[in-house]
Amino acid sequence: MSEMINQTEMREKYLRKGMLPSIFCNGCGHGSSLDYTFRAIEELGLDLDNMVFASGIGCSSRIPGYINADGLHTTHGRSLAFATGVKAANPELDVVVFSGDGDATGIGGNHFIHAARRNIDITVIILNNFIYGMTGGQVAPTSPKGTIATTAPYGNLEGAFDISELAKSLGAAYVARWPVFYPSQPIKSIKDAIQTKGFSLVELMSPCPTAYGRRNKLGNIKKLWDWYEDNSILAEEYDKIMNYGTDEEKAETINKIKIGVFQHTEKVGFFEAYEEQIANLMANDDKKWGGSK
Amino acid sequence: MRYELDPVRVRKILGNKKQFIMGDMAIAYGGLLAGVGFFGGYPITPASEVAEGMARMLPRAGGTFIQMEDEIASMAAIIGAAWSGTKTMTATSGPGFSLMMENYGYAIMTETPCVIANVQRTGPSTGQPTQGAQGDMLQTRWGSHGDMMAIALCPSTVQECLDMTIEAFNLSEKYRHPVVLLADGEVGHLREKVVIPDVDEMELIERIEATVDKDKFIPYSESQTNPGSKVPDFPTFGSGYRSYVTGLTHNDMGFPATDKQPDHERLINRLVSKITDDREKLTDVEEIELEDAEIVFVTYGASARPAESAVRMARAKGIKAGMLRLKLVWPFPEKAIYELSKKVSKIIVPEMSLGQMVHPVREFAAKDCEVIVAPKVGGVMHLPVELLAYLEEGSQ
Ligand SMILES: Cc1ncc(C[n+]2csc(CCOP(=O)(O)OP(=O)(O)O)c2C)c(N)n1
Ligand code: SF4
Ligand SMILES: [Mg+2]
Repeated sequence: MSEMINQTEMREKYLRKGMLPSIFCNGCGHGSSLDYTFRAIEELGLDLDNMVFASGIGCSSRIPGYINADGLHTTHGRSLAFATGVKAANPELDVVVFSGDGDATGIGGNHFIHAARRNIDITVIILNNFIYGMTGGQVAPTSPKGTIATTAPYGNLEGAFDISELAKSLGAAYVARWPVFYPSQPIKSIKDAIQTKGFSLVELMSPCPTAYGRRNKLGNIKKLWDWYEDNSILAEEYDKIMNYGTDEEKAETINKIKIGVFQHTEKVGFFEAYEEQIANLMANDDKKWGGSK
Repeated sequence: MRYELDPVRVRKILGNKKQFIMGDMAIAYGGLLAGVGFFGGYPITPASEVAEGMARMLPRAGGTFIQMEDEIASMAAIIGAAWSGTKTMTATSGPGFSLMMENYGYAIMTETPCVIANVQRTGPSTGQPTQGAQGDMLQTRWGSHGDMMAIALCPSTVQECLDMTIEAFNLSEKYRHPVVLLADGEVGHLREKVVIPDVDEMELIERIEATVDKDKFIPYSESQTNPGSKVPDFPTFGSGYRSYVTGLTHNDMGFPATDKQPDHERLINRLVSKITDDREKLTDVEEIELEDAEIVFVTYGASARPAESAVRMARAKGIKAGMLRLKLVWPFPEKAIYELSKKVSKIIVPEMSLGQMVHPVREFAAKDCEVIVAPKVGGVMHLPVELLAYLEEGSQ
């Protein structure tokens, strides 16, 4: 595909203009995922007519509205179950799901683990801002300990989900996590995720200055981005330090968020296996029924 | 679409034209005959046999069966699959139906055709899993938050389990609305003779797909193919219409209009009136001994059977008893009830609950007609003699 197309042309080509302006606040990380997705689609040369973008409820879940393709904006947390049905009835569609950390691992945690376990051949892009953004900054299952949220006013005491680690342990075919302000890695990961057979996850750490930053003394965008930068580390580096580093280095690293590609395999998707099963069943029946249907 | 049901295979899988089967299995048969391409469900007594039948038969006919992680997901998956262009179905009972309410509302709001077979039991909560009851008559009508209408059918026989499942698909395709088959555990687990209709003995209705130019398509307004119809044309995913489907209040183009009062009012009124405009056309009742009746049952589902026996026994004793059986319970047959109530002095509503449908019956009956419930709870059916006692008492 043409590498030459610029951002303006790309937006012209892929944005659903009737939905603009977007609901996103100034400095919200979510919007970047839109450009990355456009770029990935452009570079892969995919046909938007053959793509379905599904989502749940949340700021992040508004993304499919801005993509000029079929969009299924469902109920809070349920998008993966809807997407399973979309794919079941037409496995030829490329299905991409956008979800938030709360959407995917709070109310939708059960659907998340089962879509991964079933190995439904879809790509999930989770925009993790470690908070319930849309509803005004309530604590999420991903909020780090100590986070101040409207529903954790004295500091969050709960342990946090590591979404990528969770997906990896469920055997997802592709798992990667990047801060949303890394310009090229998210695009590459979205491309790889779409092309990988089986359940694929791209987790993008996406700052929410409005509902997270403000309350956690990271109000200005620069500060929030610096926090992301200071608190994330490439997985390879992390492992190196944990294996060979000094105690001091280890202590400094242990609570950082690992970023990178954590899993990249090929796994026969559920519907591919299903199709094979159907073909065998039909062949058996045809034999039983004497060749003719 | 890749997974299309092969009707020739369906016939062969189903086998003999006349069979002796369970109500639940007849529901699965009906689904296959209607052309269901996707079934997503979660096990629950007394509805599990529907899923089990589908799991065995559907893949062999070219459709997809998935046991989902719960009923919330089942409902979600059948809606998603409907948007990919196939007919879809799930089956459940009380607790599962309660879980489905969230996405039942979503199906109504997004005008998604799909069928929910609810083989009812009682509650609240887990209640009596292995006993039949009629616990969801009103949840079907009012279960989602906000304003809504419902379409629901009530089979009294195993044959009706089959026929009404086909009818449920037809209505869901026609109105782009989830349709509930409100069976009950009694009829679901009953074994009776069924006759499988031949192709020329059954009518199948398919949703009207969008065909207008893509830049002229209006996804959430009146039909552009069928002028005057309040049911919009269906833009199947992958067909290039690039439509946006949302449970938020949306304008005619499908874009969120959450703070716009006129948009919400127009949308909700269309969603409800596309069904209620046809209320009388949809009314489907069976009349038994009504010509000169003075005291009558208004019944539905399994309870219609002991009620009919009671009517026959009462007639033998010279009591002018009759019965009106509601085959389609929602949208409620308001006019049929009103007209009946003007001719009789008393209406008795036998229900396997403390009384649910008695409420709309009372709402639409004429003021001077007495309306009472004949309740039976605990997971057993009324005995004909128990219902006869109501007729005897009422006729004195
Ligand atoms: C069943 C249900 N419960 C609660 C809500 C309210 N709600 C809307 S968005 C949201 C949180 C979304 O958080 P997340 O998925 O992290 O997305 P973000 O807004 O942070 O991008 C909640 C709780 C809802 N819409 N539906
Ligand atoms: S509230 Fe947070 S997540 Fe939502 S749009 Fe604003 S910045 Fe983004
Ligand atoms: Mg969030």
